[in-house]
Amino acid sequence: MDAWFMQHIDAYYLRIMVLIGINIILALGLNLVTGVTGQLSMGHAGFMSIGAYTAAILTLHYGVSFIGALIAGALMAAFFGFLIGIPTLRLEGDYLAIVTIGFAEIIRVFFLNFEPGGKAVGLYGMQQFTTFSLVMVIVIVVTLLNVKLLNSRYGRALYAIRENEIAAEACGINTTRMKVAAFTVGAFLAGLSGGLYSHYMGYIAPQDFGFMRSIEILNMVVLGGMGSIPGTIIGAAILTVLPEMLRIVADYRLLFYGALLVILMIFRPNGIMGDIRVYDLRKRWQTKEVETCSKS
Amino acid sequence: MFWEQLINGLTLGSTYALIALGYTMVYGIIQLINFAHGEIYMFGAFAGLFLVTVLGVNIFVALIGAMIFCMLLGILVEIIAYRPLRGKSSRLSGLISAIGVSIFLSTLMVLLRGPNTTRYPEVLNIHSYTIGSVEISSLQIVILLVAFVLMAGLQFMVQKTRLGKAMRACSQDLDAACLMGINVNRIISFTFAVGSALAAAGGVMVGIYYNAVWPYMGMMAGLKAFSAAVLGGIGSIPGAMLGGIILGVLEIFGVAYLSSSYKDAIAFAILILVLLIRPQGIMGQKKIKKV
Repeated sequence: MDAWFMQHIDAYYLRIMVLIGINIILALGLNLVTGVTGQLSMGHAGFMSIGAYTAAILTLHYGVSFIGALIAGALMAAFFGFLIGIPTLRLEGDYLAIVTIGFAEIIRVFFLNFEPGGKAVGLYGMQQFTTFSLVMVIVIVVTLLNVKLLNSRYGRALYAIRENEIAAEACGINTTRMKVAAFTVGAFLAGLSGGLYSHYMGYIAPQDFGFMRSIEILNMVVLGGMGSIPGTIIGAAILTVLPEMLRIVADYRLLFYGALLVILMIFRPNGIMGDIRVYDLRKRWQTKEVETCSKS
Repeated sequence: MFWEQLINGLTLGSTYALIALGYTMVYGIIQLINFAHGEIYMFGAFAGLFLVTVLGVNIFVALIGAMIFCMLLGILVEIIAYRPLRGKSSRLSGLISAIGVSIFLSTLMVLLRGPNTTRYPEVLNIHSYTIGSVEISSLQIVILLVAFVLMAGLQFMVQKTRLGKAMRACSQDLDAACLMGINVNRIISFTFAVGSALAAAGGVMVGIYYNAVWPYMGMMAGLKAFSAAVLGGIGSIPGAMLGGIILGVLEIFGVAYLSSSYKDAIAFAILILVLLIRPQGIMGQKKIKKV
């Protein structure tokens, strides 16, 4: 199947689509933490790097199969998410933000000095196991599970924590447990996409997972619309394609990128899909149908 | 060894404190983490460099020139990127806007000067004084003095003047301050101006001290200064001063006695440890959650 894709789609576009897929998984993970539960995390790249390094070291040095390494990387990231989550989620808002930034920086400095991870040079020589079809399958599965989760009791509990934590607690929601759970699942997805990323690029280095990377992921979630799954997917797609499209302005690329972020926030302060819910739209369409029926 | 490291730490810490003040004042009034603040600091360092090398002025004139330039830059950023967002959106969109400004400004400087490090010219005759067994350079004395004067001036302005009173009122309750006839928008602009001027002073002094400026210097310094502000208790002005100095001293000691390859991790590790014990920071007030 991948051979077919490679034959019929230009390699450059295929590459962009794979990167969009990886970023969607990453952004959906952060969306659970920041968009849905309302906990500002600015160190998501740290979890991504844990997944990327774990998976890469397992396939390179221990001959583990790709799928096994991918899952191990994701579980490792989830474990760290859980570990970091327990003490830090007592903190709120901006205190949590700076602790997650600090944690991601510590991870980056750790990998800079980590012998099996190649120190500052990073790891290279991973085979390109990640294919377009695999990424798409994972994206679809993750999206469906996300939709399922957000429509369940747990999803509603997470939204409730974002809207008003005290009220949520008064309703009998164990807020700490739910927050740690959201953090763990978010870290799991980041680790998964990290594993996919390292086996797509074939090369990773600590500076790939710096502060700017975390910011990029956060931008995807906020730009798309906090807590909205279609919004997050659109945000991830736009922010992956945008830098590519801005290549025509060459050196001025980041200048435009920065300016566009400001302009988008001024005109759509709640994100592109922020105040549109697919659920509401569907309801609106359905009521229209009912109206026409009653008229005729 | 110990005393020399302490003085190095105090010097570094006082520059962190100058940057941290801008974060904490802006946060205190509009609850925005102004991520572009590190870039303002970087622009301050370059403005000082421009004044010294191109116009050939005295370093103290250059310091004041850089502060005025960054004041204007800070006000401009506030009017363009933050004011249109205020009041009508969540705080996160302000954060993203700040990140956009930060990317814009650092890229602008790369386009203007190239990504490489520029050396600062020798602007002061550096003497070394030996007190007992401790060596201290005149540069360190100048930096500590300037930082002290600026911080004392800020404290005087905030506590004793009418403008400072208005600032404190705004940080307590923006709406009530507005009802009392304070021009809130002007106070917010003024806060940005003061914070930016302090960051510019920090930038010029770091430029002289380390003899180097580069377009991406704002990123790490900004993150560390923000950590310092949070460490001291964000929103508290004495807290930011204390946090900056503690962070600087501990970082220098960490490098001296532990390992220099973990330099950037030390500041954050300390921050996380302190916040786990005291979640509101050293001088911050614990907010009681109300429905």
